[in-house]
Amino acid sequence: MNGLRRLFLAPAAVILVLLYGIPLAIVAAYSVLRRGAYGGVDAALTPYNFARLADALYLTILARSFLLAAAATLLCLLLAFPLAWFISKAGPRKHLYLSLVVLPFWTSMLICMYSWMFLLRDTGLVNTILLSLGWISEPLPLLYNYGAVLVGLVYNYLPFMVLPIFAALERLDPNLLEASADLGAKPWTTLRRVVLPLCAPGVRAGAVLVFVPSLGDYLTPDLLGGGRTIMIGNLIQNQFTASRDYPFGAAVSLALMSVVMLLLWQLLKHDKDPLL
Amino acid sequence: MSESLLVRAGARAAAHSLGTERSLTVAPLNSISRSFGACCPLAPALILLPVDPILEFRDVCKSFGPHRVLDGINLSIPRGSFFALLGPSGCGKTTTLRLTAGFETPCSGEIYLQGKSVEGRRPYERKVSTVFQNFALFPHLTVWQNVEFGLRHQGVADRDRRIREVLELVQLRGKEKHYPSRISGGEKQRAALARSLVLEPDVLLLDEPLSSLDPGLRKQVRNDIKALQRRVGIAFLMVTHDQEEALSLADQIAVMHEGRVQQIGTPREIYLKPQTRFVANFLGSVNWMNGVGVRPEATRISRGTTDAGERSAPATVAHSIFLGGVVQVHARLAGGETVVATIPRQEDSYQPGESVLVSWHPSEEITFPDHSV
Repeated sequence: MNGLRRLFLAPAAVILVLLYGIPLAIVAAYSVLRRGAYGGVDAALTPYNFARLADALYLTILARSFLLAAAATLLCLLLAFPLAWFISKAGPRKHLYLSLVVLPFWTSMLICMYSWMFLLRDTGLVNTILLSLGWISEPLPLLYNYGAVLVGLVYNYLPFMVLPIFAALERLDPNLLEASADLGAKPWTTLRRVVLPLCAPGVRAGAVLVFVPSLGDYLTPDLLGGGRTIMIGNLIQNQFTASRDYPFGAAVSLALMSVVMLLLWQLLKHDKDPLL
Repeated sequence: MSESLLVRAGARAAAHSLGTERSLTVAPLNSISRSFGACCPLAPALILLPVDPILEFRDVCKSFGPHRVLDGINLSIPRGSFFALLGPSGCGKTTTLRLTAGFETPCSGEIYLQGKSVEGRRPYERKVSTVFQNFALFPHLTVWQNVEFGLRHQGVADRDRRIREVLELVQLRGKEKHYPSRISGGEKQRAALARSLVLEPDVLLLDEPLSSLDPGLRKQVRNDIKALQRRVGIAFLMVTHDQEEALSLADQIAVMHEGRVQQIGTPREIYLKPQTRFVANFLGSVNWMNGVGVRPEATRISRGTTDAGERSAPATVAHSIFLGGVVQVHARLAGGETVVATIPRQEDSYQPGESVLVSWHPSEEITFPDHSV
């Protein structure tokens, strides 16, 4: 590597080491230390923090987090694929639709979540309309449950699924679709045997971009889930706030990170397929 | 498959001898090809029976918005023939191909395949197959899987045997497991041909089949395609803007211009007896002298001697262009028109400024009926 390239790399490298590498090392160090009597840590090594993860209570939270994140990913995929297809066929209006997809990013996520609370609560817009139409006699319990969390996750991360799938569809040679029809494949077969395989890298990228932040999200389950410890993000947050158990919080963070890294590696190693 | 293809190849040879009899073709195909298999020149009277063409366009029009792309196309493609749509870009030839495949729908008029209208039939419901300009091989499938793709949607029993045979036919054995990105341009084209031919379509559509290939490869592939077409006996409908490609490959050429068919005929007819000025100019250079056209290779240059029956005009040599085997002599007539004569290298001894006689045989003259001049 020559000097100039090093120079270009330097700013990002410095920021990553200072703001990511060092804190991560501190987290790793905390995870194997004993909890201090008044918060903080004592200088004594222990495997106890990791052993605690095997507790049924925490395993349940972990499993629930994975299920919610997986469900959010699947729902995003089902919503994003037709949407991305529609946008990629929209001709000159493509850019308008794309900017609409990323429009929610222009607002704080916190404000978006509060808006959802206003929509879903007992006296919210949805229940008010349904009540005034006489379709229901009591407000539906729309907020503070897993369903509300799922809605929030899908809402937050949908654009991350739409954009890579859209990019993959844009790269797709339209002649391939015509060739498929020409060779006798009905539209559904073309979708299954040509479009989906060729868009797989985009779908994988989208799945990672939705699943990983969903898994670690704490704001959405905290606000829409009703303040209970629903997902692993809330568990970690609690350790650093209410419980003041930094070592356990660090251990949970590291465990989550390892699992995510493992999944990513499994998923992305396929991208070396002999494509194009 | 090879047997059925070979039977058709026989019929194809018979159909070829029909020349310009567009409304006539061979029937019944199989019995004739068997009985005349390898024998003497066929007596046309024996085989000229009126039979419907494999593909027919009747008054087909197509517009994209306000832009009229096809303006009343009438075509009749005989069974087993190699038919070329020739024209400059924007003349509507590709649209004609896409209408046949079903990728576009005509605004009016009818297209008949095997005598039946294809109206309302989706691309996957038509027994035609396209070889795309960029080949459009599926990049995520191997050569074998690409060829297998179309067969999967048909209840074909001996799928593997047919794929092996067609790969043999296009000389792609040994490349079965290769992905399209790992094979050469010529191999990609043969893979695309195999993928279409394995389905034994009624008509094979070729969109500018040679334009994606390296120039050095084109002549070889051209010969291969021609040989392949004769062998399989399937009607090929080719779109091209290259007159040399059309002349060398096709049995019949339809020259198109601005959404209309200008002329249909054999390569010789189109080249030697063009019916419009556009066709004459598009098929090659023409020296226009007082409304009479003469092709450069039919134009002679001499120092004052002409053969009996030749017509001539005095001219002054402007300059010569050396092209290897031949030399182009550019000369100026008294009236100011430039005349180009393509002459053998050995006969070139003319200097700029020299007074010469330009001559040609009247039978080489290109003239039009009054209405099209």
